[in-house]
Amino acid sequence: MSLEIVDACVGCFACEPLCPNKAISAVMQPGEPLFFINPDKCTECLGDHDLPQCAEICPIEAAIVDEYGEPLNPLGSLTGIPLHLLEQMREAECRQ
Amino acid sequence: MELPVISNAAPPSAGGGCSESGCGTEADALSHLPDHIRSKVQDHPCYSEEAHHYFARMHVAVAPACNIQCNYCNRKYDCSNESRPGVVSELMTPDQAVKKTLAVAAAIPQMTVLGIAGPGDPLANPERTFETFRQLSEQAPDIKLCVSTNGLSLPDCVDELAKHNIDHVTITINCVDPEIGAKIYPWIFWENKRIRGVEGARILIEQQQKGLEMLTSRGILVKVNSVMIPGVNDQHLKEVSKIVKAKGAFLHNVMPLIAEAEHGTYYGIMGQPEPTPLELQALQDDCSGDMSMMRHCRQCRADAVGLLGEDRGDEFTLDKIDEMEVDYATAMVERAKVHEAITTELEMKRALKAAPRFDPDAPLEDEAAPATRNIRIAIATKGGGVINEHFGHAHEFLVYEVGPVEHRFLGHRKCTAYCMGDESCGDGETVLGGIIKSLEGVEVLLASKIGFEPWADLEKAGIQPNGEHAMEPIEDAIRAVYDEMAAAGKLDLPVTGASAQAA
Repeated sequence: MSLEIVDACVGCFACEPLCPNKAISAVMQPGEPLFFINPDKCTECLGDHDLPQCAEICPIEAAIVDEYGEPLNPLGSLTGIPLHLLEQMREAECRQ
Repeated sequence: MELPVISNAAPPSAGGGCSESGCGTEADALSHLPDHIRSKVQDHPCYSEEAHHYFARMHVAVAPACNIQCNYCNRKYDCSNESRPGVVSELMTPDQAVKKTLAVAAAIPQMTVLGIAGPGDPLANPERTFETFRQLSEQAPDIKLCVSTNGLSLPDCVDELAKHNIDHVTITINCVDPEIGAKIYPWIFWENKRIRGVEGARILIEQQQKGLEMLTSRGILVKVNSVMIPGVNDQHLKEVSKIVKAKGAFLHNVMPLIAEAEHGTYYGIMGQPEPTPLELQALQDDCSGDMSMMRHCRQCRADAVGLLGEDRGDEFTLDKIDEMEVDYATAMVERAKVHEAITTELEMKRALKAAPRFDPDAPLEDEAAPATRNIRIAIATKGGGVINEHFGHAHEFLVYEVGPVEHRFLGHRKCTAYCMGDESCGDGETVLGGIIKSLEGVEVLLASKIGFEPWADLEKAGIQPNGEHAMEPIEDAIRAVYDEMAAAGKLDLPVTGASAQAA
């Protein structure tokens, strides 16, 4: 049982000090997500907090996923931006 | 003729409340402050309209984490070409930040102020922020330390702030009503939970107000920043201004919302309008009845270096700093000399302004002045209080309101420079359109030089260009231009029924 940080991470450090298991560390490797959760240490905060702390403070949608790859903060859930507008924005970024 | 300046502050009530020396004579929003506060802030580039031409500031980006989400912020983007709060290119450790600060302080002796402003919330990164302050207060005691915060963690940090001798704190307060707050802040992180909507906003507001009270009761100076969001908090900010003033904030800085779609913020994507320069100014005027307003804020990046409005960050990247050897003890001696020279120059300027001037041509006081209207004049300047910038090179214009006897600084209008290089002015036409739009409400533009083409377009748009006052002090030039226009009858008030009868 472990959460995972994926590419969307912007490296803001907010999650790192909150982890009760000290499972989160910065990654200095190009091509890898900026932060890494050690799966051997991550307990998804069970026994420490009601909710996983990294996902509770993370400001980036879909940056932290569970063992099935499902984002804990799905698109649109943190900013309130409607999905069709997010989609338009992503298309515009791809064209650039 | 004496030229009193229209004060940004409320007129003093009969019987005082205003120090004799300052009021009405300084071209500065700080003139009404009590002496002990004014002496602390009058050489601070971010607080004093006058000092910002001489003293420089820098921000170090040591604080990446944030504990709230604002609808005008997007944590995803970092673009070195953008200049706005929250944007930063190089995140630093406290050790790197200290090294950078010492290197900049040695290279730019005018740099007197070090701020930590992000790119997240400095107090949501207490270890990094306070480690930087601790080292700097030891190694560079001649640098003033400042911090900005959204206020959520502020009450927990007040003791620590006081310990590091940080005497200026900026709190961003956009509202005091949780219902309005819910439209600005989608969530906060509080006591191990993400709290959304009105409840999150209520906690944030409570913490901000508590933090403000704790700081002012300890004598730590507090400036309040507010982002003006039309249709959301614009009218509400008048109440915010009253409340924060009552609680002891010494300066209120109402800034315009930046909401461009390409920044990818909630407001940008949802098409939330930004305020026009005139709307911003009207709100600043409405708030100024209660406290002094800041008019020259340039909304810097969280890693800006140099004089306000300029950014020399590229000269001090981590690679370059690594190669620099800094002997701070020697630098401090040099810095002290430079500071003394600037202070002497500023004091001379202040004394000159305060002294009554004799003008043999001045009309006698009892002679009724003809009624003329106020106009807005835009100035192209590189700094130093003189008209010394070509129209085509200006990245911003300072706007003054000038009346028959008084004038006041209203703020700056940012723009893209008309001539981007010395070659062709390729996009000149569209850029010029943007400049003219940004000068809405302005009737005269003074620059050291203005080209033929923009001249014609400015005239067509009802803005009279004027290059006759190059290198003159701004205040002398705007007075001369006003008087000339008044004498030519261009500024006569429309004759109303009542005044026609009286005449």
